Amino acid sequence: MSPPIEFELRRRTLLASVAAVAAGSGMAGRGQAQDRAATPPGASTGTVRFTVNGEARELTLDNRTTLLDALREHLRLTGTKKGCDHGQCGACTCTVNGERINSCLSLAVAHEGDEIETIEGIGTPDAPDPMQAAFLAHDGFQCGYCTPGQIQSGRAMLEEIRAGVPSHVTGDLTATIAVTDAEIRERMSGNICRCGAYANILAAITEVAEEQA
Amino acid sequence: MRSFSYEKATDPAAAAARAAEVEGAKFVAGGTNLLDLMKLEIETPVHLIDVNGLGLDRIGETEEGGLRIGTLVSNTALMADARVRRDYPVLTRAIAAGASGQLRNKATTGGNLLQRTRCPYFYDTAQPCNKRVPGSGCSALAEGGFSRQLGIIGTSDSCIATHPSDMAVAMRVLDATVETVTPAGMTRRIPLGEFHLLPGDTPERETALMPGELITAVTLPAPVGGVQRYHKARDRASYAFALVSVALIRQPDGSGRVALGGVAPRPWRSAEADAELPDGAHAVMARLLDGARPTEENAFKITLAERTLAAMLAEE
Amino acid sequence: MEFNQPAGENTLFDGGRVVGKPHRRVEGPLKVAGVAPYAYERHDVVAGQLYGYPLGAGIAHGRIRSIDAGAARAAPGVRAVVTALDIEPLDIWDYNVARLFGGDVVEHYHQAIAVVVAESFEQARAAAALIEVDYAPGDPADYDLDAAFRRLEGTGEPGTLVGDVEAAFRDAAAVVDQMYHTPSQSHMMMEPHASVVDWSDGGEMTVWTSNQMIAWNRQALATTFGIDPERIRVESPYVGGGFGGKLWLRADAVLAAIGSREVGAPVKLALPRPFMMNNTTHRSATVQRIRLAAGPDGKLKGIWHEAASHSLPGGRGENPTAQTPFFYGTETMRVQNHVVDMKLPESSDMRAPGEASGLMALEIAMDEMAEALGMDPVRFRIVNDTQVNPSNPEQPFSERHFVECLERGAEAFGWETRNTTPGGTRDGQWLVGHGVAGAFRGALLMPSGARAVLEGGRLVVETDMTDIGTGSYTILGQTAAEVMGLPMEAVEMRLANSAFPVSSGSGGQFGAASSTAGVYAACMALRERIAGHLGVEDPEFRDGRVIAGNTNMALAELEGQIEAVDSMEWGDFQSRYQMSTFGAHFVEVGVHAATGEVRVRRMLAVVDSGRILNPVTARSQLIGAMTMGVGAALSEEMALDTAKGMFANHDLAGYEVAVHADIPEQEVIFLDTLDGVASPLKAKGVGELGLCGVAAALANAVYNATGVRVRDYPVTLDKIIGGLPAI
Repeated sequence: MSPPIEFELRRRTLLASVAAVAAGSGMAGRGQAQDRAATPPGASTGTVRFTVNGEARELTLDNRTTLLDALREHLRLTGTKKGCDHGQCGACTCTVNGERINSCLSLAVAHEGDEIETIEGIGTPDAPDPMQAAFLAHDGFQCGYCTPGQIQSGRAMLEEIRAGVPSHVTGDLTATIAVTDAEIRERMSGNICRCGAYANILAAITEVAEEQA
Repeated sequence: MRSFSYEKATDPAAAAARAAEVEGAKFVAGGTNLLDLMKLEIETPVHLIDVNGLGLDRIGETEEGGLRIGTLVSNTALMADARVRRDYPVLTRAIAAGASGQLRNKATTGGNLLQRTRCPYFYDTAQPCNKRVPGSGCSALAEGGFSRQLGIIGTSDSCIATHPSDMAVAMRVLDATVETVTPAGMTRRIPLGEFHLLPGDTPERETALMPGELITAVTLPAPVGGVQRYHKARDRASYAFALVSVALIRQPDGSGRVALGGVAPRPWRSAEADAELPDGAHAVMARLLDGARPTEENAFKITLAERTLAAMLAEE
Repeated sequence: MEFNQPAGENTLFDGGRVVGKPHRRVEGPLKVAGVAPYAYERHDVVAGQLYGYPLGAGIAHGRIRSIDAGAARAAPGVRAVVTALDIEPLDIWDYNVARLFGGDVVEHYHQAIAVVVAESFEQARAAAALIEVDYAPGDPADYDLDAAFRRLEGTGEPGTLVGDVEAAFRDAAAVVDQMYHTPSQSHMMMEPHASVVDWSDGGEMTVWTSNQMIAWNRQALATTFGIDPERIRVESPYVGGGFGGKLWLRADAVLAAIGSREVGAPVKLALPRPFMMNNTTHRSATVQRIRLAAGPDGKLKGIWHEAASHSLPGGRGENPTAQTPFFYGTETMRVQNHVVDMKLPESSDMRAPGEASGLMALEIAMDEMAEALGMDPVRFRIVNDTQVNPSNPEQPFSERHFVECLERGAEAFGWETRNTTPGGTRDGQWLVGHGVAGAFRGALLMPSGARAVLEGGRLVVETDMTDIGTGSYTILGQTAAEVMGLPMEAVEMRLANSAFPVSSGSGGQFGAASSTAGVYAACMALRERIAGHLGVEDPEFRDGRVIAGNTNMALAELEGQIEAVDSMEWGDFQSRYQMSTFGAHFVEVGVHAATGEVRVRRMLAVVDSGRILNPVTARSQLIGAMTMGVGAALSEEMALDTAKGMFANHDLAGYEVAVHADIPEQEVIFLDTLDGVASPLKAKGVGELGLCGVAAALANAVYNATGVRVRDYPVTLDKIIGGLPAI
């Protein structure tokens, strides 16, 4: 083994032009409907109290912190995943007061008093809940990254059907909604699985729905 | 995302006054579009006024026999409401066709109307966009620009963005009215057809709301009956924005109403086109899309709109 | 161990108790409970992690005149900003094309040009937005791949040339000559590229990352930073999807390393989703001209396939002719691939590089030729089967059961009952059609090693092999259990750590066959150690016991720790054979008669891919690939802005991959053919094969449904609507 060589980032000498940069960069400017000078009129942090998986939590957070990052970075509950951070994939799905949401598009400080449930709260490797067990039995995942979101979404989605929330594929809007393959597929479409385990996820959810029926 | 301060509003008029008073303030309800845009610094509020506690989350009945939908009613609650399902099925159908279950649980009625465009250049802060940075240019109309998803009518040389909502298309065909409270505490009623502005030379101005003005409700007139349908044509089967969507209400005598989504900066409807409905899809679209200026990439939307409506009419 | 002759009658695996049997994913319980730790989640590994956030170039190519990071450096919580102008250009490892960081040259849109390190994610992201960059954009560049193809067509030396192809076309009974287009595609794995890097003191570098190839990643880091690879440790035990997008070192690890070095603390960084498409790699678009000539008997007389794809200078592009020299028997053949330099983001490998794009075109052409001949497309493919490499008839296929795939599939799918008249079947508002396509993908192999340690009856196997959702933990555990005669529960697999023996890694469909062979080699070495330890010859290992002559003892009774390390090397004899995998895809689609929206109604794949090591995980690979094929056929397209030189729809809303509602009933039939040439387990990969041909089967089904032949992917409604019947 060769001896360690102290690595240094090979710095460039400062370019003379750096000082003149303010001259502006045309279209590269980022953003900006608002005046950069505007500053928040109040505190940019806040304290929020909610329960996570039944446990009371109090966090003082940068107001910008999403519920997703509060869970992952502050509470270190990393089962809820960040796939896109823009509401385009569903990996961050968890439930708030029993409803599934994209936790990436929700500010943590706005959840005062809420009951939050994450994948860690519904079962463990040794004691999985029925949906987790069904995903195992039907190989409803491959890489596993979208999986907690799929499971959380699947559980909440069955509740939505029971509550009579219609979907894009519901036929008669005034009749009781049946749990069909088409209903499950449509209602799970906010959870993307790039590994393509959809058919197995459908089988897992169907099994749970039948057990619950 | 820029730093911001945060408060929870407790009274609608006070919230509006506060929003007008604090420079760079914005309301937040569901946040499903606002946070998305704040992360990219397309929206840069320095103060957020959380309106979720205002109690505007109920659907009531109006004296005229219609519905008054509180601005905070979630998309899920609205589409699942038994009265909506029975009397305004086109609204249920439209909402169900949009976004995902998770997003519909969070997204609110008022927020849905205030969604901003999904034009890819609006979303890329390194690219010119007149809507985002007035005067910077329109990348979609520039040579080489990608415009397949974008508008074909009601657009301008400044901007060809579409309004992405499905819900709004159904509300437009139902003649909905937006109710607001102004910073002065006055109530305003804005017909949905006048709520979204056409871009002209100022695509950054998107709605008729004045600074600080807060949407409090959307009202629907008494049910008009008829057969109500919504068809959303898109590339994938779900969780995708419309290429073209058609909301249709058709009465037994063949008269009715048509509104289009995915083609314009606002839900697209005209009384003249409605009047052509007895003569079929071609007649309707000849009026409704008269003056359309598609790009080479999205000219198909004209054919698609007409064929979609024709199929919906043939279904009955 | 060297694999230097075909595996013969092999009781170990042919009579397998574990290998070849369905077994649930061993890491599954961790994944469904949300406790399998992915790279960005490694709070546990090192204290004091700071947050990194990247900034990408806002131009496609040119130079950076200056960067003003003053406001960013002064922003709350910011510990450091390192811009590309602050450091000399980093070196570039063999398989990277664009520079990952450093210097004033911009080679592609969203190339990383700065990294911010801050105490929180929110602070780092906000500060990155404060950086002002002044560019000197390059001159307008040419992004017209069609024009490039026209310029290049017929130039240069063909990659494969057999016989007089022009003569074959002159004498043909039927000719197909068409242009086909496939768009650029994005991997869009669910877990963004992410790394935690601790290089706090500039000495040892530890990298917790999400990568398919541990040894390559380590070497790439060493080359990039000019340091000894021995100083670098890489771990990647859970990978949230890769599909080729995580074969290489990418900006996440590089920026985190630079940030860590700069601030003297560990730094974690994930690529933001809207940044991934242009910053990382993608599959290049292709332009393909395919000409087929056939005789009246349906036998191919000539295949002429010429193609172009784009790449940054020095890259490989996408070779869609990859399968053509091998797939169908033909009297003559001319195959040529052109790579066109374009100032676009780096094109590179994505699942089944080459064949995935090539079969999207070739299998439409085959459908067109069948129609021209008036032959059933299944029959036409059967007629043109070959058992030897058509571009080198001296070389037989090790195993090839393509005909059986087609026949089994046709029977299971009910192919005979389909309506052969395009546009002839209607179900309400839907026009219904059926399509078939052949599947082909090479069976590559890589050397692969492992360490096996037995103690107290428990076996620990260590290898730097990765599990990217493919099932490596499970099939490697099965292999070790089989060889050692142990139950699965007694085997612990430890993967994806550069401290472990170098494996094949995961890529090119070589992972399963290569890495199981490596574990086999290590376990066979361990058996020898144990035999030596006990002083016995050729013992048998079963039921947790070692048995030879009078010796019959439980492995749990062996004292101490017994360890063996070995790797599988692949002998020259394999080059006497063409090793490939085969399949057939059958698809039923509905096309909305008014709008042209395409919705898949059912799918079937039949697969000839050697021994199926675990039917559960293999089937998941197949249905997953079929799902990706639906996206490729119907919606996936990186939208190129031809003036700006960037892909405009750079997020998961703009780039539409298949969702639940797009995927119908999917069926998979494994022929479970054994290929003794391919590996000691007689196994070949399946993960990429499953994608090959799917899109063409869909396009052919759309044609059968509507009579509209779309040769330009994705097959979206705007390309169909003009050919639909009046309402």
